Amino acid sequence: MSAPNTPATAQAALPPLETLVACPACDLLMSVPELTSETRCRCPRCHHLLYAPRKQIFAKVIALSLTVAILMVGAVFFPFLQISAGGISHASSIFDAALAFSDGLLLPLSVAVMALIVVLPMLRVTLLIYTLWPLSQGHRPWPQARRAMHFSEAIQPWSMAEIFVVGAVVALVKLAGLATVTLGPAFWAFGLLVVVVTVKDNLICDWTLWQALDTPR
Amino acid sequence: MASARHPTLTAKAAGLIGCRACGRVSPGQTHICPRCGGRLEPNRGFGLQRVWAWLAAGVICYIPANLYPMLRTATVATGTAENTIVGGVVELLHHHAYGVAAIVFGASVVVPMAKFIAIAVLALSLRSHARLSSHRRHRLLEIMDFIGRWSMVDVFVVAILSSLVQLGYVVSIHPGPAAALFALSVAFTMLAAQSFDPRLIWEKDQGPSA
Repeated sequence: MSAPNTPATAQAALPPLETLVACPACDLLMSVPELTSETRCRCPRCHHLLYAPRKQIFAKVIALSLTVAILMVGAVFFPFLQISAGGISHASSIFDAALAFSDGLLLPLSVAVMALIVVLPMLRVTLLIYTLWPLSQGHRPWPQARRAMHFSEAIQPWSMAEIFVVGAVVALVKLAGLATVTLGPAFWAFGLLVVVVTVKDNLICDWTLWQALDTPR
Repeated sequence: MASARHPTLTAKAAGLIGCRACGRVSPGQTHICPRCGGRLEPNRGFGLQRVWAWLAAGVICYIPANLYPMLRTATVATGTAENTIVGGVVELLHHHAYGVAAIVFGASVVVPMAKFIAIAVLALSLRSHARLSSHRRHRLLEIMDFIGRWSMVDVFVVAILSSLVQLGYVVSIHPGPAAALFALSVAFTMLAAQSFDPRLIWEKDQGPSA
């Protein structure tokens, strides 16, 4: 446990609500510590990670989000995998993978797959850039920034780009004996994208971002 | 550490309510968090009902997902073959791809089953005296929340295979109805884990904290 993170005592009269924080996992009431950069604070009761602020977080997250957006455009439109057997060959993009379910009753699954691997990751980086860009320039947040931030947090578990890459590897192994498979440029773009997304998500400390939105400018 | 000198005071005990999304504390009967706009739900008992409902939906979809075919493979040599989830794993074993077989088996059988059981056990443990400590149960819930989404791997495998393997009469692969049912089952159990409020686990643990 870190020193600034003292649990509020029952006897003391409650200070203003802005100076308190409740652990999202176990509800322990604490006073908000003075945070210096690069300290990680955990809840003293349940060890849930509360704050992990980092230096120049806005610039880093914006840069990584833009990288994700650019890689995603490449990953969607270039061929992902190409297969050939018996003199016939066929290339498919990520777009085609989502549309694999598009005939008949499985159409909703097509929409869902498209959302999980392309739309939600794109939406998340767009919302993050929208929230953080004005803050990084020292301006007031743009309208609805709080809603954008909340929404981008909510869709995080549903953006499944990294799981899609594991799926691609499994598919490659399944096809190994059946046909010759060539990896397209989109495969590498998507693989790189997954790394960037993971780095970005590990950088983000919700607490720092909310605190920045709360700071009047 | 919180000791006898610092008795554990939760936001609820202080007549306040904390936001699960951003940690902001609000007066007890607030419904919308003033900072992030998240829902606060002063009555946490309703959350548990939602957990049971999503869990039941997940189990209901998981059963037919294992009975219907996931993949239909048509080749010129062997005709049409249908594969269920477990059938796909067996086929991988025949190709001696043990590592990948383990990944698919883990993601589509072990993880969903473990999730059903773990969430049900955690929800039941709130009713009576729990054998596992709050720490252990909280950890279990976090693990379930983290690994649940990886079950979607098999759906993506089907999507990639059936978009890629379209070689006319030589070989072609089409998705089966189990793909949709399985995707639904994964989504429902993810929602069950997300709507499980870890504060319910800690609520009973009001003594001096460990």
